[in-house]
Amino acid sequence: MSVHGHLPQTHQRPRGRLARWLVLLVFCGLAIQFFRVQILKHTTYALRSDVNRIRALPIPAARGTIYDRSGRVVADNVPGYSIAILPLSIDSLRVVLDVLAPILGQSEEKVESLISAYRRHPNSPVTVESDATFAEVSAIEERRATLPSGIVIQAAPKRRYPAGPVAAHVVGYVGEISDTELRLAEFQGYEPGRTVGLTGVERVYERILAGVPGTRYVEVNALGRLVGAFRGRETVAAVPGRDLYLNIDLGLQELAAQLFPDTMAGAIVALEPNSGAVLAMYSAPSYDPNTFVGGVEPAEWRALNEDPGRPLFNRAVSAGYAPGSTFKLVMAAIALSGGYAEAETKMPIPCRGALLYYGRVFKDWKPSGHGSLDLNGAIRESCDVYFYQLGLRIGLEEVLARAPEFGFGRPTGVDLPSEISGSFPPSLAWYDERYGRDGWTNSVVLNLAIGQGENVQSPLKMAQYYGALASDGRQPTPRVARDGPVAEPAGRLPLDEEQLAVLRAALVEVVNAPGGTARGSRLSRWTLAGKTGTAQNPHGEDHAWFIGFAPAEDPAIVVAAVVEAGGHGSSAAAPIVSRLIDYYLETLETEQAGVEVAGG
Amino acid sequence: MRDRVTFRISDPVILALAFSLAVFGVAMIYSAGELDVPSSVTGIWQKQAIWLAISLAAFAAVLRVSVGWLEWIAPAAYAAAILGLLAVLVVGSGAGPRSWIRLGAIGFQPSEFAKLATILMLGRLVAGRERPPDSLWDLWPYLTVVLLPVALIIAEPDLGTASVFVAILIAALYWSGLSVSKLVLFLSPLVSLALAFSTPLWGVWFLLVVGFLYWTRSYLTETLAVILANVAMGVVVLPAWRSLASYQKTRILAFVSPEADPQGAGWHLIQSQVAIGSGGWFGKGFTLGTQKRLAFLPEQHTDFIVAVVGEELGFIGICLLLLAFAVLLWRILLIAERASDRFAAMVVFGIFACWFAHVVANVGMTVGLLPITGLPLVFLSYGGSFLLVSFISLAIIQRVCAEEKSGA
Repeated sequence: MSVHGHLPQTHQRPRGRLARWLVLLVFCGLAIQFFRVQILKHTTYALRSDVNRIRALPIPAARGTIYDRSGRVVADNVPGYSIAILPLSIDSLRVVLDVLAPILGQSEEKVESLISAYRRHPNSPVTVESDATFAEVSAIEERRATLPSGIVIQAAPKRRYPAGPVAAHVVGYVGEISDTELRLAEFQGYEPGRTVGLTGVERVYERILAGVPGTRYVEVNALGRLVGAFRGRETVAAVPGRDLYLNIDLGLQELAAQLFPDTMAGAIVALEPNSGAVLAMYSAPSYDPNTFVGGVEPAEWRALNEDPGRPLFNRAVSAGYAPGSTFKLVMAAIALSGGYAEAETKMPIPCRGALLYYGRVFKDWKPSGHGSLDLNGAIRESCDVYFYQLGLRIGLEEVLARAPEFGFGRPTGVDLPSEISGSFPPSLAWYDERYGRDGWTNSVVLNLAIGQGENVQSPLKMAQYYGALASDGRQPTPRVARDGPVAEPAGRLPLDEEQLAVLRAALVEVVNAPGGTARGSRLSRWTLAGKTGTAQNPHGEDHAWFIGFAPAEDPAIVVAAVVEAGGHGSSAAAPIVSRLIDYYLETLETEQAGVEVAGG
Repeated sequence: MRDRVTFRISDPVILALAFSLAVFGVAMIYSAGELDVPSSVTGIWQKQAIWLAISLAAFAAVLRVSVGWLEWIAPAAYAAAILGLLAVLVVGSGAGPRSWIRLGAIGFQPSEFAKLATILMLGRLVAGRERPPDSLWDLWPYLTVVLLPVALIIAEPDLGTASVFVAILIAALYWSGLSVSKLVLFLSPLVSLALAFSTPLWGVWFLLVVGFLYWTRSYLTETLAVILANVAMGVVVLPAWRSLASYQKTRILAFVSPEADPQGAGWHLIQSQVAIGSGGWFGKGFTLGTQKRLAFLPEQHTDFIVAVVGEELGFIGICLLLLAFAVLLWRILLIAERASDRFAAMVVFGIFACWFAHVVANVGMTVGLLPITGLPLVFLSYGGSFLLVSFISLAIIQRVCAEEKSGA
């Protein structure tokens, strides 16, 4: 039988048969699995295969232009390029970044931050440079063949701030959205990598200015390299953002920046009293918002953040200063409205340079004293001894209770981010809590009366209060944008027209009458009214305040200025305010003349 | 008479199927190179076509070799294979495992030849026994013959190929006529290995084995050996796991949970399933698979060639492919069954086992039924050594069939 003599074994046939059935069984099993994957789950996998090869690339929308009140450009766009990567993995991203970093001049730190951004959002394209120069783009294009795949260069409008540091704090700047911001309600629906307004008007009016980015669909391979446009889905065009007009007068803003002493810190706020329109707002030291366009290098960001002058900080709305003597007008208003004093009311103790209260000496700023003054004279000469006694007459409890009626202890509601609410003790219990029941005495009212003590206000808040004094007592919410959403209804000072007139008359005397603290800053063509302030500064020279408005008969502008460590309000702050008001009223006059000529 | 035997194609169906699968393989390798991105796979089909021509020549040559001569040459072939495997460890090359020996422009994998040599050697062992082995001690020769190349291949390290040798060993024991109960006891340590990750499961299995040993009244030494082997496997596995290369761990872990590491080994499996699943009934058309074109498919010309078939030719194409393999294997088994020579029958069955293991492991991994072992698909996957050895094996099968018919 057998060719070689090894006889077949008896089990050979049944075991072979069994093996054949095993083959059949296993192949049926494989076929069933293929049926499950290819037929039953076909829809899922077909979708996956499409998703696999199609990437949605955002088309950036051009932001709306920001204009000042007369149509001068505050922020606009210029053509630019953005460079993004569609990475597959951390490793492939690192390879691409290692090649790109020298071309784009990016630091190791920046590369690391991009990698961690990818780690957090692995499905979004990584924007390496949202403001690439033409030279950088050409350098990349030249080396395209040797560069790793997945680099996308596209035209992206780039923000430009022609006014630079002059309007930095008002306008703010744009930058790539951070993870913290992505979680905020105001940025709901935003995707990582978007350029958004990070502060100032750019941030508050983000939804108006931003527009809606479009989407284009591209086909990519497994390496992330673009194969071409995907024809299966229409490109969605970007909708440009809307333009925004501000109440800011760029000319006034420029003058404010120019007048402010170069080496000093502080803030200037100019408002239109009747409308609350913010005409100018300057915070010193300032910064150039153009630095932030396209992302700021970490080292540069640190330098700005760690600068002891804190240039990024908008002192006009975010800094709290003791209001000093400018607060005397609040005391006077409380006294008038509560019937504690009239314009001619004198205090029992005439000013001899200090007041002795329960064994403690409370000094007047003028060592020789002011003699016996009425309310009008006390405001004019800023007599501390008078206001000590006025504070005692009104009583601490009443002062604390009435201040909120004049708008203190809450923010103005201006359309800018990070406004502080200021602080003013809300009640006697607050003192108990802070110092203990026996840790403080009634004498705190003496300090409050002259704008010291636990009283901290922003320049904007004080400007708003003086604006209300300048107009009919209404306190409209300050507005930087002219056509932003309608502000909340204006508050109102609890003062009648007669009482307002008393206060205004005193403020006119401050600047114009002999003995007035700001007589040096009076204007020839207009009646300037205002109040100086010198706030004690525990860290050095006093902070100088001046808040003024003009023309006193029908005020068109109110300006508050604080010069940190500037010394006396009359010398450091009042001249700035006086010149700004002069400039503004003159411009206004020219404009009106122009309108009349055109109309006639 | 000798010439009549040599040149008669006794099972034309097997030859036609194998040849068709190889030509289909060249076509699919051509498609695998049709990408939208530059790829090293493009144009590689020409190499495979040349290998196919060489393989057909080898087929014709081996067809002239008598089975008896094969049995005589088996020890020499086995020794040569072991030397080749040793050589690969010394001068081998290759990405990942060192499994290649390069001779000028041509590279070949000794492990592919070692499979056939081991099968021939097992054939000699089976032929040398008049009766089936009846104790586990009788299995030492089989174990030695298989575990020697396995040890050398694990050293490369190439776990996938090593596992094929294990499949061949099990097949040889099955074919040698070892009783089912002995086979179960022999395989019990492997089950212990698989259950070692869960102590309670392993405990249950261990008690079952002990009960079975008692019931079958095994020899004392045999009982002790089985118990020791089970304990060793149950306890040794964790240190062994730690000694695995990281890519091997990754592959095994990816099998357990493919979604966990979408960019690693699991990514391959997911992309393969997406390719196959998106093919649907009729596929996206020859050369038109998007997963493949956009380079999402890994190893599309070797390990994952079935994914290209599934994506481009759909479920229908896959079914035809599976049918071809099923008929091929079925007919090979018929030849093994009917062989009147123990050596010939064992060799044919061994080749069947080797191919069956390759087909199941390769096709199973592309649809997520089995871990990614990197085993190529017989006749289809790109690779000269494997194609050559496959056609040599086919010639042996044909020769066995021819001698059977002419001798009968």
